[in-house]
Amino acid sequence: MSKLPGKSLPTPGSRVLPTSVSQVGTITKYELLNYFRSRRFFILLAIGLIISGLLTALVAYYGVSNVAPCLPSMCSSPPLAFYSFWWGSSITFVIVLSGIFFGGDAISGEFQNKTGYFLVANPLRRSSIYIGKWLGALTASLMVLAIYAAITVGNGLYYFGANVPYQFAESLSFSILYLIAVLGFTFFFSSLFKSSSMSILVTAILFLFAFSLIQLIVSGLAQIEPWFIITYGSGIIGNVLMDTYPTTQPIRGPGGRDSTTFAATIPEGIVILVAYFFATAILGLVLFERKEFT
Amino acid sequence: MSGPSIEAVNLSKRYGSFPALSNLSLKIEGSKCVGFLGPNGAGKTTTLKIFTDMIRASEGKALINGIDVHLNKKKALSSVGSLIESPEIYPSLTPREALSMVSDIRGLPRAEKRKKIEEVVSEVKMEEWLDKKVGKFSKGMKQRINIAAALLSDPDVFLLDEPTTGLDPRGMAEVRDIVKSLKTRNRLIFMSSHLLNEVQDVCDEVAMIDHGKLLVYDSLSNVTSRASSDGGNIVEIELLRDIDERTVNDDIASLANVSSAERPDPRKIRIHFSGGVQNQERLLLDLANLKIGMISFHPSASALEDTYLRLIKDTL
Ligand SMILES: Nc1ncnc2c1ncn2[C@@H]1O[C@H](COP(=O)(O)OP(=O)(O)O)[C@@H](O)[C@H]1O
Ligand SMILES: [Mg+2]
Repeated sequence: MSKLPGKSLPTPGSRVLPTSVSQVGTITKYELLNYFRSRRFFILLAIGLIISGLLTALVAYYGVSNVAPCLPSMCSSPPLAFYSFWWGSSITFVIVLSGIFFGGDAISGEFQNKTGYFLVANPLRRSSIYIGKWLGALTASLMVLAIYAAITVGNGLYYFGANVPYQFAESLSFSILYLIAVLGFTFFFSSLFKSSSMSILVTAILFLFAFSLIQLIVSGLAQIEPWFIITYGSGIIGNVLMDTYPTTQPIRGPGGRDSTTFAATIPEGIVILVAYFFATAILGLVLFERKEFT
Repeated sequence: MSGPSIEAVNLSKRYGSFPALSNLSLKIEGSKCVGFLGPNGAGKTTTLKIFTDMIRASEGKALINGIDVHLNKKKALSSVGSLIESPEIYPSLTPREALSMVSDIRGLPRAEKRKKIEEVVSEVKMEEWLDKKVGKFSKGMKQRINIAAALLSDPDVFLLDEPTTGLDPRGMAEVRDIVKSLKTRNRLIFMSSHLLNEVQDVCDEVAMIDHGKLLVYDSLSNVTSRASSDGGNIVEIELLRDIDERTVNDDIASLANVSSAERPDPRKIRIHFSGGVQNQERLLLDLANLKIGMISFHPSASALEDTYLRLIKDTL
């Protein structure tokens, strides 16, 4: 910035500030630094490594054809069966944990610990704080996800060589989409509360039990397609790894009672996850904009 | 433009039905320090939080340099350094990192950043702690870093909410010195306090508030002179050695503009005089010329206290 000679002193308050985009980048950078400094990131990483380690041991001990059997009559691809067993069964848990760890108290913690007071009186939009923190949480979660995926693929390569089914790439993309939606959701919830532990607890209960339970009740008992539940949409992560993609279909139960099993198609699942992300991101932002630092 | 300004226009804030701030209108302009005085719960923090958009006003607006803080927060606060309600810094960061974050948000040039951070940290006497994690700091140490953060971008306007709370007496004195030094750099400082001597020591003007209502906004000398019976001013001087009653009555009471002088104890004199700051300067010179061992000279704290107590009592 060069001052023109002869120009009068700048009027008060006319300082040149970085763009909002660059302020978002600053918040993201320090959010990440904070994650790496505090134990949280490494605890999550350790959990991911423990799950990976257990699965690796399980496969090595019992043999890949026993833990992920591929019977010729109903299975066409042993590697697909392997990825389904590994990734399909565990990745949503890792994603949900990331959401709880990095999103559960992202906003409420700023109020409870009063760290938000340090940031908020600075010349930047509140939305820049929210988005910057969200991107920090996403980046940290993606790192854990990448390490988890690398171990999965490492095992796959060991047992099946460079024969990674394309469905794994699909499932990985859906996992990232689910992660984005989960973080949108947990950030929204964390701006509903002013207490860290409360918002962590509520998001944990929702994602670990409540959603699956509601989904079970709605689809199993009420026989309604649970399209409004985020975990129904996330079903595409595991379904795409199945030999034949499950469909919504009537099944004849014992005693002649008819019922229907529901499965979101890939486009439906994507729409559900994208819709969850946008709805919760907008609501969370509005809540944070209106929140008072009393 | 005549310099930095802050303005409250019919500003009100209710918590439920409780009026924390009622219809505050106040315009402060130019480089000066204004003390915002009031008892606990008067509405000082509420006012300052509205000015930094931490809370929303129920009615009215808050302007900084003419810009509405709520409608255009980023621009309005672009040249504001604030310290409100002892914020916490991420405990795993060091002061250098936390200040570096603030400096990036405020767009300090990269080349100046490092030097500037070290400069403000040494101004609050925390150099030794620059690279230690904030989590281990005491309340007072954190407060110093918060003050450093407010100073960092060299803003025109300072909004300080009881900046000396949590500090030991030495820390309090140091912070007052920092605030005084800001005045010489053409800054507007709006500083809340419930300590009369602090405002007396540091500020040029005083706004008093109680029960959410502004009671008075005027220069310190005008406010203090309201208290003294003769409508004049009172200064107190302290002496290195004892002074006798006769010198007080003969030499001091007869100085220009002095209406009376009394000696509460042998090393202290209270002098009533008329007129404004020019007369006060003259009096200081005259007293110095008397060579009576004068070691301090300040407007009477008790005068401010008198006004304060009278006004605050009136609103009960
Ligand atoms: N979040 C809140 N909810 C309800 N009342 C509040 C809240 N914050 C402050 N108050 C009330 O508003 C009044 C003014 O508070 P405050 O501005 O903090 O006073 P001061 O800073 O002058 O001590 C007090 O009576 C206080 O109890
Ligand atoms: Mg207060």
